[in-house]
Amino acid sequence: MADHLLFPGGVHPKDGKSISFSMPIQSAPLLEEYTIPLSQHIGTPAQPIVKRGQRVLKGQKIAEATDNISAHIHAPTSGEITSVSKHPITGEMLAMTNCIGPAGHMVSSLVITSDGEDKEGFTLMPIEEWQSIDKKILLERIKEAGIVGMGGAAFPTHVKLNPPQGKRPDTLIINGAECEPFLTADHRLMLEEPEKIIEGILMMKYILGAKTVYIGIERNKPDAIKTMKKHLREGIEVRELRVLYPQGSEKQLIYALTKRKVRMGTLPMEVNCIVQNIGTAFAVFEAIVMGKPLFERITTITGEPVVRPGNWRLRIGTSIGDALKMAGGVKDPEKVGKILIGGPMMGLAQFSLDTPIMKSGSGVTLLNKDEIVQYTSVPCIRCGRCVDVCPMNLMPSTMSIQAMKERFDLLEEWHVMDCLECGCCSYVCPSQRPLVQLFRLGKSHVLKKRQRELEKLKAKG
Amino acid sequence: MSKEDKNIPDHKEILLPDASKLIVSSSPHLHDSGQVAKIMREVALAMLPLVVAAIWVFGLPAVRVLLLCTAFCLSFELISLKLLGKSLKPATDFSAVITGMLLAMNLDANAPWWICLIGSFIAIVVAKQLFGGLGYNPFNPALVARVGLLIGFPDIMTVWSPTTAAQKVSTIDAQSLATPLEIASQSTAAGKELLWDNYFDLFTGNISGCLGETSALAILVGGGYLILRRIIWWQIPFFYILTVAIITGLVNNFVPMATPDALFHILTGGLMIGAFFMATDMQTTPVTRKGGAIFAIGCGVITSVIRIWGAYPEGVSFAILFMNAFTPLIDKMTRVKPFGFWQGESK
Ligand code: SF4
Ligand code: SF4
Repeated sequence: MADHLLFPGGVHPKDGKSISFSMPIQSAPLLEEYTIPLSQHIGTPAQPIVKRGQRVLKGQKIAEATDNISAHIHAPTSGEITSVSKHPITGEMLAMTNCIGPAGHMVSSLVITSDGEDKEGFTLMPIEEWQSIDKKILLERIKEAGIVGMGGAAFPTHVKLNPPQGKRPDTLIINGAECEPFLTADHRLMLEEPEKIIEGILMMKYILGAKTVYIGIERNKPDAIKTMKKHLREGIEVRELRVLYPQGSEKQLIYALTKRKVRMGTLPMEVNCIVQNIGTAFAVFEAIVMGKPLFERITTITGEPVVRPGNWRLRIGTSIGDALKMAGGVKDPEKVGKILIGGPMMGLAQFSLDTPIMKSGSGVTLLNKDEIVQYTSVPCIRCGRCVDVCPMNLMPSTMSIQAMKERFDLLEEWHVMDCLECGCCSYVCPSQRPLVQLFRLGKSHVLKKRQRELEKLKAKG
Repeated sequence: MSKEDKNIPDHKEILLPDASKLIVSSSPHLHDSGQVAKIMREVALAMLPLVVAAIWVFGLPAVRVLLLCTAFCLSFELISLKLLGKSLKPATDFSAVITGMLLAMNLDANAPWWICLIGSFIAIVVAKQLFGGLGYNPFNPALVARVGLLIGFPDIMTVWSPTTAAQKVSTIDAQSLATPLEIASQSTAAGKELLWDNYFDLFTGNISGCLGETSALAILVGGGYLILRRIIWWQIPFFYILTVAIITGLVNNFVPMATPDALFHILTGGLMIGAFFMATDMQTTPVTRKGGAIFAIGCGVITSVIRIWGAYPEGVSFAILFMNAFTPLIDKMTRVKPFGFWQGESK
C-alpha cells in the first residue's frame, strides 16, 4: 500500500510518551468518594434518576439521557448517593451538587460515597452471538451502556453509529494515532487488549454496514502496529501514519487515510466516513459481550513531576488528587506548574485537585514550571510560521489581529469556525502570541451571535 | 478488592501540589523553542560570512563601518523606546543589530561616521519606531536608510573605495573605483557591449562597491544557512534571482549592447544580498510562501527594468521598497483557502 497522504501543516511537539508508555495498565484502588458530573459529553446533560441517600450498585444507571444527543451515566461502584458536596475553592457546603468540571466552570454532579463492597449490579445481559443480532438491538445496547467518544469530544457513540436517513457510510476509521503528546492510554490498550479492540471494531463495522475499516496508528508506536496487525480480521486494515500533530484530528485523519476532504462546515459523514477511537471500540466490546456499562476508562497519569507515572483503569468520577495519589504523588510540589486534563497541546489546565475525571479523560498531565510557557502579546513579526503549520490552512496571523481588535465579524469571514483549536499556531509563533487562545474567544463570540440571529428568526416566525 | 488495594503505594508520604499555586491558562501548554530573539540571532549569525568577506575585501575600514552602524542603530532603538515610554525589552531582540549590519552592508567601507549616524537614524527612528516598532514597519528600515542617503548625499553614496587587492597594485586605475554595474552602465551609455572576463572576482567579491554588494559566495553561505534552518523560505531568493536572470538574459541575448549577461547581473550589485537578506525580511514581506514568490518575482522585474533602462545602475533597493508597499495587497490576493474549501473535491 502506497504511503498515506499529508494534510497541510502540523507540528512536532516533544512527545513525552516515554514517561509512561512502558507501564502496563493497572487497576485503580477503590476510593471513598466519586464525583460524577452529569454533563460528560457534547449535548444535553443527563438527568439524575436517583435520590439522595439512595443505595446504588456498581454499573447501575444513575442518570439518564434526556434527548437524542446525550448519554446515560452509571455508578462506578456500590454505595450511597450523597448529594451535598463542598465547593472546591471556598469550602462552603453547597445545596446543589456541583463540582468544577475540566473546563473550569461549575457542573452539576452526583456524589457517591462508596460502601467498600464494590457490588456489581449490571442490568444488561451479555450478548455473545452478536453477529446474528439485529443492529438496532446492538445500537440500543451501546446507548444503554452510556458510551461516548473516548478521544476527547465525547460525542455519544450510538448517535454517531446511527447515520441519518439516506447516508450510508462505507468506511469506518479507527483513530489509533494518539497524536497528543504525553498520552499513552490508547497505545497501552492496543498492546494489551488487541483482540477485544478488534472485536469491538467488528461490531461497529457490522452496525454501520461499512465496507472498509482502517486503523490508523502513528509510526512512533511500532509495537502497537505489530500487535494490531497480528490480530487483524477480515475487512480491517492497519495503516501506518506519519508522526505529526494533529494526525488524530478527524478531518486530517480521514484525508490521510482515504484522500477524502471533508468540506468546511460539514461532518465526516458527508464523505461517508465515521471516525471512532480505540478506547471507544474497547468500551463497545465490553458493553456488548459483557453487558458492562461505561464507568471506567484507561487514563494516563504522567509528566516529569509525577513519582510513578503510568496508565490506570480509572473509574469515572475519580478526582485528579486521588489519581495523583495512585501515581505516588509528585516529586516536588513546589516545582509543579500545571495540571492538565488531557495532554499538553489540547489539555485543560486545572485549578483544583477535586476536578473529576470524566468519560473523555484520556490523561492527567503534570508539567513543571520550567516546561511551560506564558503566551504574551508581542506584535506579530509576520514570519508566516503559523500559516505554514495550520492544518486547516487558516491565517492565524491576520485572524489574531482581527480578534484583538474584536472584529468578530471579520474573524467569521476568515473561517475562525473551522479552527480545530489544535494549537499548532500558538506552538510555533516566535512572538508567542496567544493565537488559538484568541480564536477560542472569537469562536464563542461568533456562536453567541449566531444563536442570537437564530432566536430573532424564530421570533419572527 | 483487597487485590486492588496493593496498588496503593506504600510510600511514606505522598506529596501533592498546592492547587492554589497552579498556573491556569488555555492550551497549548508547550511551545516550540523558537522566539523572535532567537530567529534574529540566527539571521545575525548568517551575516557573519558577509562580515568576513567584507573585511577580506576592504580590510579594517569595513569593521569600523559595521561597528558604527550597529552601535548607532542599537542606541537609536534604545533612545526611541525610552522616549516613547515603551519597555526596553524589544531592544534585546537583535533586530536593531541586524538593521545596523544590513545598513553597513549598504555603505562604502570608508563612509564617514556621520553618514552611518544619519543612516541609522533614518532606519531605526524614521522607518521603524515611528511606524510602531518591530512588526509594524511596512518598509525595510535598512533600505529606507540607503535610499534616503542616496537621495540626500548622492556624491558620497556613489564613491567607492578600492579593494585591498587593488590598493596593492601601485597604480589604481579609475575602473577599480567604480562598481561593475556602474562600469556596465557607462559602457551601455557609450553604446558598447561590455565584455567582462573576470567572473571569479565577481563571485568571490573582489570588486568595488558597498560592503555587502561584493561576495556572492559569502551570501550563498549565509543565505543557505538561513534556508536550512528554516528561517527564510527558499522561494524568495530563488524566484527573485531567476526572474532577473530570465529578463536580463533575454535582453542580453537579443540586444547585447543594452545590458550585460544574466550571470553578470546575478553576481553584481545588491541582488544577492537583497534576495537573501532583504526581500526575506519577515515584517515587510508577504506572510504566505505563495505571496513571497509573487513578491520576489515583482522585485525581479523591477530590478531588471531599473538596471536595463533606468537612470540608476542599481535597482535592488528601489525594487524591494516598491514591493514592500504592495505587501498588504499581495497578502490579500494570496489568502490561503482553508482545508476542505474547494467544492466538489470531496472524492
Ligand atoms: S488552532 Fe486553529 S488556527 Fe491555529 S493551527 Fe490549529 S486550526 Fe489553525
Ligand atoms: S507565527 Fe506569530 S509572528 Fe509569525 S506570522 Fe504568525 S502570528 Fe505572526
